[in-house]
Amino acid sequence: MKPTEYIPIKNNQVIALKDIPEYDYEFFLELNVGFLKDNPARHCVNYFGFAAGNDVKLICCMADDETHVIDVSSSLVGHTAVLPSFTAQHPNFEKFEREINENFGIIYTDHPWLKPMRYAHERADQTQQIANYPFYSVESEELHEVGVGPIHAGIIEPGHFRFICNGEQIMHLEIQLGYQHRGVEQLFLVKKKLLERTTLAENITGDSVVGHTTAFVNLWENLCGHTPEPALLWARTLALELERIAVHTGDLGGICADMAYQLGESVFGRLRTPIINFLQEWGGSRFAKGLIRAGKINFPFTAELADRLQTVLNTYEPDFDEMAQQLFSLSSALSRMEKTGILSYEQLLEIGTVGMAARMNALSRDIRASHPFCLYETLHHEPIIKHHGEVYSRAQIRRLEIKQSIGYIRELLKNVPDFQKPMNATFSPKASAFVLTLVEGWRGEICHCAITDAKGELVLYKIKDPSHHNWMALAQAVRNNDISDFPICNKSFNLSYSGHDL
Amino acid sequence: MLNNFKIRWHQGSQYIPDVTKAKVPGIFRGRPILSTAKVDETALAELCPTHAISVNPVRLDLGKCTFCGECAVQFPKKITFTTDYKISSNDREKLILNEGEDLLIQMNPDLIREEIRRLFGRSLKLRQVSAGGDNSCEMELNAANNVQFDMSRFGIDFVASPRHADGIVITGPITENMAEPLERCYNAVPSPKIIILAGVDAISGGIFADSPALNREFLTKHTIDLYIPGNPVHPLTFINGVLDLLRKRGGNFTYR
Repeated sequence: MKPTEYIPIKNNQVIALKDIPEYDYEFFLELNVGFLKDNPARHCVNYFGFAAGNDVKLICCMADDETHVIDVSSSLVGHTAVLPSFTAQHPNFEKFEREINENFGIIYTDHPWLKPMRYAHERADQTQQIANYPFYSVESEELHEVGVGPIHAGIIEPGHFRFICNGEQIMHLEIQLGYQHRGVEQLFLVKKKLLERTTLAENITGDSVVGHTTAFVNLWENLCGHTPEPALLWARTLALELERIAVHTGDLGGICADMAYQLGESVFGRLRTPIINFLQEWGGSRFAKGLIRAGKINFPFTAELADRLQTVLNTYEPDFDEMAQQLFSLSSALSRMEKTGILSYEQLLEIGTVGMAARMNALSRDIRASHPFCLYETLHHEPIIKHHGEVYSRAQIRRLEIKQSIGYIRELLKNVPDFQKPMNATFSPKASAFVLTLVEGWRGEICHCAITDAKGELVLYKIKDPSHHNWMALAQAVRNNDISDFPICNKSFNLSYSGHDL
Repeated sequence: MLNNFKIRWHQGSQYIPDVTKAKVPGIFRGRPILSTAKVDETALAELCPTHAISVNPVRLDLGKCTFCGECAVQFPKKITFTTDYKISSNDREKLILNEGEDLLIQMNPDLIREEIRRLFGRSLKLRQVSAGGDNSCEMELNAANNVQFDMSRFGIDFVASPRHADGIVITGPITENMAEPLERCYNAVPSPKIIILAGVDAISGGIFADSPALNREFLTKHTIDLYIPGNPVHPLTFINGVLDLLRKRGGNFTYR
């Protein structure tokens, strides 16, 4: 077999499960690790196990941003398999293999970091307890450890950060997650009603309601062979860009807060409000819960809403520009952001960083451009790329993406489509099928995958938030920084705990 | 420096002068009203993703409602959502709405402990614990203290340590993995102390209610002082809920 034998699929394409080529594990390993070699346009968007009787079917989905396809392949291994790891050859797979190990008990002989990932309730080894996580430690009289969490000082989600410091300087950071695990993927199988599943998607992570729900409904409509009316795709695109503006604005406020620049914190904090309030005017929720639905929209967009949104943006933009101009020319702010929390292009590639956190240092990863969905093909999206990889770049990307999103929204508002009255479509998923969906949320690439059985029932639902990759980027970025710079580094990534823990 | 002043000037006054009377923009889904219209009740109850609707008579439990609004879309004659955001109560029963009634959601004064008003009426410091929360309630609680809602004006603040707190605010359905940290945080708060459940996930588990990954024992062991519905809770719902808890009893305490 030649190492090119994948099944290439497009974003949202449905294929028969049996059409995914199955290889013996050694070949499967060489194939997928080799695929990444010397090609920054390629990365792993999902790699997971699927219980098939006494065996586990490993399915690996590799995206190629140049050819705009996702290459899928698989391998069948035993539950008690002891295998060489992908990770030993390429760190992209680190988290994925930890998850496979945790869920199925498959042992990797040469995985450099084979630790529990999230202490999922269905984990293979129930003796593993979250309170006994095996932290990395260094025997030295000169170094000390700082433990933070799971409950943090602010109002944020839980997770444990363990720093190893030399004086004020961070040598190493280990991020232990899992506290937020609610069993979302399992619930997708147990709950059979569409509204239940949509509600689950909306509650994966509250800062990316539109992102994850769009991923779910795109997946579901395609799996059921349902073609949505263009107005729905228009609404999803608009909502995604509004969510991006809202979160990016809030994050700029957060970055200001973490450098004690109170004016910036207050102004960006309050500028987020008109955007999320507009989502409420449109769909009744500041977080767009209830807005995105498969096959319909309960809140059709109207000409009045279009006028209203124009006004909101026209008032937002000068205020935003003035504040951003000030923030990015204030020497005290610049000195906190520049050269703080740097990641090199090579590090980003190794980690498999996605989204905004990849674009901060020349790595162009943006599903809107590489695997377009909804209306992004017609918007001709060009990713915004920065080149320094630090807090400053991550803040600048937000500023520029907000401006870009405003431009897209103005473009969209030129042609407000006609919406039909909300009608419930009937959906019947294709049997024995596999589907993969990619959506670029504000944070980066969201990937949902589903498999159905012979009756068309969901037997697997896999969710991957961009945080899955990017937590490692944060852990690496803070090395050699002062521990007092951790908050601003953390905020500049703003990663999801619930999206990771599921 | 001058630029900073200029921005400050351009921003004008952003705060909401009276958070107890403010109107929310648009079609916010607050307190629903259930009419006596005859509908297919089984279909209505079946529709709800979190089993918040029961029949015979038709009732809607705000502690279970995710405010998705689907019932109002499909049964518009039966259920309408108003923009009334004052939907908190200290009495779990009062969150259950009956058909044919259009009543404000009230506190139960008999359930408010004497020390709550006496000790916390002018200053209440809270520790927030997210126990499986999806970060939307958490962001709204942060927003409660932004320059617009400005909850601190009432002496209500979130603090960084349980040692400095008078109580805890729980968001999320309480995961197995957060059960112990939550209990330890609560134990670290000096007595007397209160517990507030913010959001549908905390109150009933929401869409996660029957997940095997939860451990909600904490709630059976302790008394809950306030239930604040929402998915997520709106900052105005939170602020008004806490204000009502602090001042209802006695009624002679006014805010400046």
